[in-house]
Amino acid sequence: MPETASLKNTVEPHNEAALIQRIREGEHELFYELIRPYESRVFAAALAILRNEADAEDVAQEAVLKAFKHIRQFRAEARFSTWLIQIAVNEARMRRRKQQAVVMEPMVDQQDEDGHYTPKDFADWREIPSESLERAEVREKLAEALNSLGQKYREVFILRDMQQLSIEDTARALGISVPSVKTRLLRARLMLRDLLAPGLGGNWNKPLSFAKGNKPW
Amino acid sequence: MVVRCAEVWQEVSNYLDGELDPAMRAAMEEHFRGCKHCTAVLDGARNVIQLYGDERMLEVPVGFSQRLHRRLEKGMPRRNRSAFGWMLALGFAALLLLSFEVGNSSRGAMPDVRSDMARSGVHIPADLAVVAVADGKVFHIAGCRFIHDKDKLQSMTAGEALREGYAPCVRCLKKYLSENEAGAPRREQTARLEQEDSEY
Repeated sequence: MPETASLKNTVEPHNEAALIQRIREGEHELFYELIRPYESRVFAAALAILRNEADAEDVAQEAVLKAFKHIRQFRAEARFSTWLIQIAVNEARMRRRKQQAVVMEPMVDQQDEDGHYTPKDFADWREIPSESLERAEVREKLAEALNSLGQKYREVFILRDMQQLSIEDTARALGISVPSVKTRLLRARLMLRDLLAPGLGGNWNKPLSFAKGNKPW
Repeated sequence: MVVRCAEVWQEVSNYLDGELDPAMRAAMEEHFRGCKHCTAVLDGARNVIQLYGDERMLEVPVGFSQRLHRRLEKGMPRRNRSAFGWMLALGFAALLLLSFEVGNSSRGAMPDVRSDMARSGVHIPADLAVVAVADGKVFHIAGCRFIHDKDKLQSMTAGEALREGYAPCVRCLKKYLSENEAGAPRREQTARLEQEDSEY
């Protein structure tokens, strides 16, 4: 069974501050406890940028190690989770820059962010039920749709809608403005809605068999 | 206040996030009552948030946490040990050395694992045809979409790939990997592969 994130399993802020203080004083083994609730978020942040699980795992490890080594630089005015994800985002971006020569971004990244997006009009739009997520095939299709988005949309969407960071924390983690987060989020949500709409192939990198009668949900 | 479809599309995300002032919110709700297309846009965007916000969409690879902790352990400074702690550590080291020597006497020397992510692949059939990038870390089933540097691929069997220190791809070979085996020693894995080899 794959491991699943438990977003509810977060450390209370006051406990977190106490944990951080004790780690700084030398109780290093407590760092495991500190990061446990955020492990999957660090991985997801790296994956949003790198789109490769092996690289994302490697970067997630490096980011966590870096957070440990620089724990003294953490300032209490930010949330630890945001700081940690920020490190992961920076590490992933650095890794991606090294790979840039061989990575081709999807066409949607070249779209004008401020340009208006017209959502498609579907005569037979139907909701995809949450229960269908039990099926790996459906989860894979959703992941595939997400991966087909341009990076700037994908990373905002993952931090905000999958990791449930606030709009402000998303902006801080990515080093962009709040209005940019809102614009990219709108675009990401509408593009995903159009990509997942039953009966339509949408703008996938490779065509999916979403023809009638062949939908995974 | 009356809003047109194009304005609704620009604000639908803010509407869902509760980021609108009451007048705009009321105007959009009025619009949704009479516009089927915009209602489908709203429902679709809400459906997207609901689906991707589900915990099942935030999967991490099997064994991720254990490997992360191992890497962290390596990177953490060692704490000062008491005399008893040193004795205990020396005892463990001696035991490890002994088991290593015994292992070497019965089997050939093993190459280092190429990746920290390497994990047991005990259930992977030794003669399964796989591909690996010459200077990479992971081996895959041909056609796996997580392959990098497709022009440097080498074909081999899973048994050969494991012996050379490649780790199985956590995606295309997922069905062969089991959580319980995530930390199993590679020597044991190879022994089982050798046994499987002899059966074919």
